[in-house]
Amino acid sequence: MDEVGVLERVAALSTRSIKRESKRAALDLIVAMIDLTTLEGKDTAGKIAQMSAKAIRPDPLDSSVPSVAAVCIYPNMVKYAVQATEGTDVRVVSVATYFPSGLADIDLKVEEARRVVAEGADEVDMVIDRGAFLSGDYFKVFDEIRRVKEACGDVHLKVILETGELATLDDVRRASMLAMGAGADFIKTSTGKIQPAATLPVALVMLEAIRDFHDATGVMVGMKPAGGIRTSKDAIKYLVVLNETLGERWMTPDWFRFGASTLLNDVLMQIRWLETGRYASPDYFTQG
Amino acid sequence: MATKLPATSHEPLLWDYATSKESTDIVEIDSKYGLFIDGKFRAPKSRKYFPTINPANEEHLADVAEAGPRDIDLAVSAARRAYTDVWGPMSGAERAKYLFRIARMVQERSRELAVLETLDGGKPIKEARDVDLPLVAGHFFYYAGWADKLEYAFPGVSPKPLGVAGQVIPWNFPLMMLAWKVAPALATGNTVVLKPAETTSLTALMFAQIASEAGLPPGVLNIVTGAGRTGAAIVGHDDVDKIAFTGSTAVGKMIQSQLAGTSKRLTLELGGKAAHVVFEDAPLDQAIEGVINGIFFNQGHVCCAGSRLLVQENIHDRFVDKLKRRLATLRVGDPLDKNTDVGAINSRAQLERITELVEVGLSEGAEMFQPDCVLPDRGFYFRPTLFTNVAQSHRIAQEEIFGPVLSILSFRTPDEAVEKANNTPYGLSAGVWTSKGSRILWMADRLKAGVVWANTYNKFDPTSPFGGYKESGFGREGGRHGLLAYMDWGEG
Repeated sequence: MDEVGVLERVAALSTRSIKRESKRAALDLIVAMIDLTTLEGKDTAGKIAQMSAKAIRPDPLDSSVPSVAAVCIYPNMVKYAVQATEGTDVRVVSVATYFPSGLADIDLKVEEARRVVAEGADEVDMVIDRGAFLSGDYFKVFDEIRRVKEACGDVHLKVILETGELATLDDVRRASMLAMGAGADFIKTSTGKIQPAATLPVALVMLEAIRDFHDATGVMVGMKPAGGIRTSKDAIKYLVVLNETLGERWMTPDWFRFGASTLLNDVLMQIRWLETGRYASPDYFTQG
Repeated sequence: MATKLPATSHEPLLWDYATSKESTDIVEIDSKYGLFIDGKFRAPKSRKYFPTINPANEEHLADVAEAGPRDIDLAVSAARRAYTDVWGPMSGAERAKYLFRIARMVQERSRELAVLETLDGGKPIKEARDVDLPLVAGHFFYYAGWADKLEYAFPGVSPKPLGVAGQVIPWNFPLMMLAWKVAPALATGNTVVLKPAETTSLTALMFAQIASEAGLPPGVLNIVTGAGRTGAAIVGHDDVDKIAFTGSTAVGKMIQSQLAGTSKRLTLELGGKAAHVVFEDAPLDQAIEGVINGIFFNQGHVCCAGSRLLVQENIHDRFVDKLKRRLATLRVGDPLDKNTDVGAINSRAQLERITELVEVGLSEGAEMFQPDCVLPDRGFYFRPTLFTNVAQSHRIAQEEIFGPVLSILSFRTPDEAVEKANNTPYGLSAGVWTSKGSRILWMADRLKAGVVWANTYNKFDPTSPFGGYKESGFGREGGRHGLLAYMDWGEG
């Protein structure tokens, strides 16, 4: 990878000017792509129920706004989320494999993945062992992903690379290829616990890796930037990079997600602005 | 969960960007422009005017004066007076003040200038806004800084200005080429008679207004509009001390023979057919961007365009596939749309030349690829074009097309890459893509080109000299080297 070139490409794509109907289409798509996330030590059944309600009906005053893609939560919260989203299209995503560090025995990780699947998670977001990766033990990283995927069965597996700890774009690409080769359905940037979380240059490198992997194998893999994307403007930049790197086939929640929490309300405010020509006070948008 | 939709249930969004057009309200265009001579706009003695149009829609923008020999006389004598009486004797520190003021005014009015540049020349607004204008201001700032430091630029010599500089510039970067010529000439104490290209006079005329508002003494800068005959009148004028020309190699040769046996100094920045060399170990996706930028930037109207792509044979097919896919995402159309990547061809004549050479390429047996984009009904446009199966002997591998057309050849070894890259009468620029630092240095040593870009392309900076080898011309513009061409170093 050439970092200067990657930064330039991202800067060029960031100047795209997205207006009117293409902006509205983008904002709706962003909502539908959000994995609405809470990953805190203080999460409770009540918090999950409230966030799920927001996920199902993000803007109670505007039925044209779609539901988000999923709620993303800790393993112990899966049962509450399953309950709260029952009968809706909102999916339940559980982090697993000893999120966020991933520093546990592989049998424990597999067991955790198996358990969240049994409890009804629709998707599993696992973390790779960055220590193993950085020390050059790629086989261990590969094998762990393979075994977790086996435990997930048909349930979608997203593999978190924690790019903020990998640091170089060469390693981001190497980890992306490794995860896809091992059976990832999605590759995801970050846990949200490490800074920097998602960045546009990293996302571009991962999307290019997905494109090369698809060229070589015919297999489509999805992508999820997570952490640090807080405004509609930022999210639209990711869509532009997606649109001009992988193209139309990936422009769906099936193949692209945003891991985010505060982003949702900013998008809702922008939609309200497009509809009414005025910015509404944040008081009019529920805190989830 | 039975209640949930399956994982692949959503229709993909075919997301096209709505038009996002830059407003032209900021620019006021007069219906008629005179010549800027001795600090004033005046009607041409020739009484002749010619139209300038917007190549994006062929609409008439304004009528521009055509300077005849008597007008050139007036301009040169005004420049001579200003040189003798005001600008020549002025201290460098004082000259710098004017140049700094002009640089700031260009910055302040950069949106207006960018819109006018796009209207008159057809380049995408995002390029005029993000590339041309910042570089224009940058050049004035940079050379303003040299004006009072000339004695330190080359220690041990006391350089003197040459006198009156006649400058003739092309239509591809109208204001930027003006800045490259005017800024070093004025900083070193020369006065200027400059002729912009006939299809792109307007930003030079707006620049004349700015210079006038900046209080630049009358006669220091004269802008005379017109076509080839006007240019020839400047070049042939007896009282001009130096000629600086940027344009085609054919015209450059004429100028050089016209000046042979005279005491006039000459610098020429002419055509190119740059090799863009991609090795197997290159960062491929970034190399693709570099190649795209190298040939489609400003519709390929760039003398240093990377118009000959040399790809190592073992990655050739994969690279070309990537390139084709990338071509399909280029947005071709209205230059004023902020999302346009490739704008309008500068003139009908240039469009005809490109079309002709592309037909030659087809008849020579090269394989053409163009993306399936819709072009506007009116105006001059050409699809981004790739040729594969190109042989070194094809005309499209030898001649400068000056349009959005890339010829792709392959090579097997580094030696072969160098041999093919240098096998051209030109030598302006080259590009190298490889992850190996040692190979970059090895290539840069062997490529006969004024500029060699490594893992990037079309990078410009006021501090960096630019110019050619062989039929791409001589002399350097930019950087400390750029001062040389406008100063007498006591060598005669």
